[in-house]
Amino acid sequence: MSVTQSGESVAPAPPNPPGSGAARWGVDWRHVWYRLASSPLTVAGFVIVALVIAAMTLAPAIAPYDPNRLSLAVRLAAPSWHHVFGTDEVGRDLFSRVIWGSRASVVAGLVTVAISMSIGTCIGAVSGFLSGWVDTVIMRIMDVLLAFPSFILAMALAAALGPSLMNAILPIAIVRTPFYVRLARGQALTLRDRAYVRAAETFGSSSWHIVWRHILPNSMAPIIVQATLDIGLAILTVSALSFIGLGAQQPTAEWGAMVANGRAYFLDQWWYPMFPGLAILVTAIGFNLVGDGLREILDPRLRGR
Amino acid sequence: MSLLQILCRRLMLSILVVFGVLVVTFITSRLIPGDPARLMAGEHASQETVRHMRHVLGLDEPLPRQFAGYLARLARGDLGVSIRTERPVIEDLRRFFPATIELSIVALLFAVAAGLPLGVAAAVYRDGWIDQVVRTVSVAGISMPAFWLALLLLDFFYNWLGILPGTGRLDEGVAAPPFITGMFTVDALLAGQGRTMYSAVTHIALPAFTLGFVNLGIIMRQIRSAMIEVLQEDYIRTARAGGLSAARIVFGHALRNALIPSVTMLGLLFGDLLYGAVLTETIFAWPGMGNYVIQSIGFLDFPSIMGFALVASLAYVLLNLAVDLSYMMLDPQIREIG
Repeated sequence: MSVTQSGESVAPAPPNPPGSGAARWGVDWRHVWYRLASSPLTVAGFVIVALVIAAMTLAPAIAPYDPNRLSLAVRLAAPSWHHVFGTDEVGRDLFSRVIWGSRASVVAGLVTVAISMSIGTCIGAVSGFLSGWVDTVIMRIMDVLLAFPSFILAMALAAALGPSLMNAILPIAIVRTPFYVRLARGQALTLRDRAYVRAAETFGSSSWHIVWRHILPNSMAPIIVQATLDIGLAILTVSALSFIGLGAQQPTAEWGAMVANGRAYFLDQWWYPMFPGLAILVTAIGFNLVGDGLREILDPRLRGR
Repeated sequence: MSLLQILCRRLMLSILVVFGVLVVTFITSRLIPGDPARLMAGEHASQETVRHMRHVLGLDEPLPRQFAGYLARLARGDLGVSIRTERPVIEDLRRFFPATIELSIVALLFAVAAGLPLGVAAAVYRDGWIDQVVRTVSVAGISMPAFWLALLLLDFFYNWLGILPGTGRLDEGVAAPPFITGMFTVDALLAGQGRTMYSAVTHIALPAFTLGFVNLGIIMRQIRSAMIEVLQEDYIRTARAGGLSAARIVFGHALRNALIPSVTMLGLLFGDLLYGAVLTETIFAWPGMGNYVIQSIGFLDFPSIMGFALVASLAYVLLNLAVDLSYMMLDPQIREIG
């Protein structure tokens, strides 16, 4: 799946030429960028996401203090020039902790989505392409997983695995996987009858080769939309599990856990739970706006509305 | 396929799903770290006692037989005994159930009452200012950490303004109304106790708003997109051409058809309500199942956690079955096949 610069000029007209530059994954990306840039809400989403990712990668440079440095002299200090978000009950700088917290919360969200998307997409593509009893068995298992209230299942699994950030990520990834299986399967079912897939079959390509080279690359558009929307949800869910004590543990700076710790102080020290919670909200809004923007453009059911 | 066949298929699927729920909760309860026999026998118990405990708990039997035993106990309504409260889990859940149902219903009523007209307005005046407001509020609702919103509201309305009570279901000194439904607002109304009713309503306002706000976004979004779709249908254009008033087109024709697909959403919303209830109840010390399970998590009280997960999942499956069946009855396209 290499990007070929020359592909733009030689790419034949759609439907969905696999592997061509501008129209990779069955999508005309130049059109997508143009449409995205014309929607102020989506641009706002991109700006938020860019800022969050910048905070995440540049945390050591941005954060003025060590997020775990105790300083009992300034415990529970109100926001000031020295501590813009104030300090917590052991004098740790909350601004630094919120910045570093993105590494736990956002990375956890991204990893969750990466796991459920890659596993779900592969299972779905294979299931849809092979069809028959394999497809039936896989889809019934997915029906069962989808029938659970997902947070409750994730909570029970996380409780059983024991409280830690990793043990919060895994259950959320499991409960979100069926959504990708369904999406990818639907895509595979439609793509299976395309001429280029038939041609590959005629030339004797193996099923794996066809799924990997033709089905997967061309079914990515709705899956990317779903994944972008899911990142916000995953960040929310990870922080919710941390908030109820099943995610990140002390002294890790994680937004949900910080709100949980700040809860005891919120009547007098409002800033303590305020800023980590705001970070969750703004980050989730950012990813949801980007996801919504992408969906409006890429979802065939919404196109032209 | 006839209606009967569709019904049978749906019922078969539900049976499969219920079985799946039982298997998953059983496997999950086996994942729990540590030896339950040792946990129950106590830290200083002898090897002999632990072995005896394993036998009593049936942990020395092969897994399929353990699963059969698990099913047999469930059939008797036995979800185990809570480590924290030392009461049967089923009794605890029964006790905390009405508070959660009351909170969920009020939250859902609020979300529907606000979300329905706003979603319709956003679709009718698409891309207008009201649409922008609705879209912004829905994104905020979907992105909102419920536990954080709960803290903010509590701080603002209770701590700053002092116009709403903080936690619990009733003011101190106000006795609970006579038990009819277990929902204090309804019971107080039925018993004609004005003061109790007022106290119950002021107490449920903030938690219900928190829980409702998170679901408001989902409802508005669903109604908006369903309405946009319906408003582009040919029969709406025909109605317009025929000179029907805008109000009659929107409420008489479009909304009715937009509501049908939205009905299935109600069942799925119940899952979000449960999720939200777990997070909201703990902040407002609302004595419901969510609060119960959070306290159980603090104690690593696995029988309660698994009992709650099982009951919540079964309720969710059954509710969605009921919603799907009523959807079949509502949708003329499906109804007429039979």
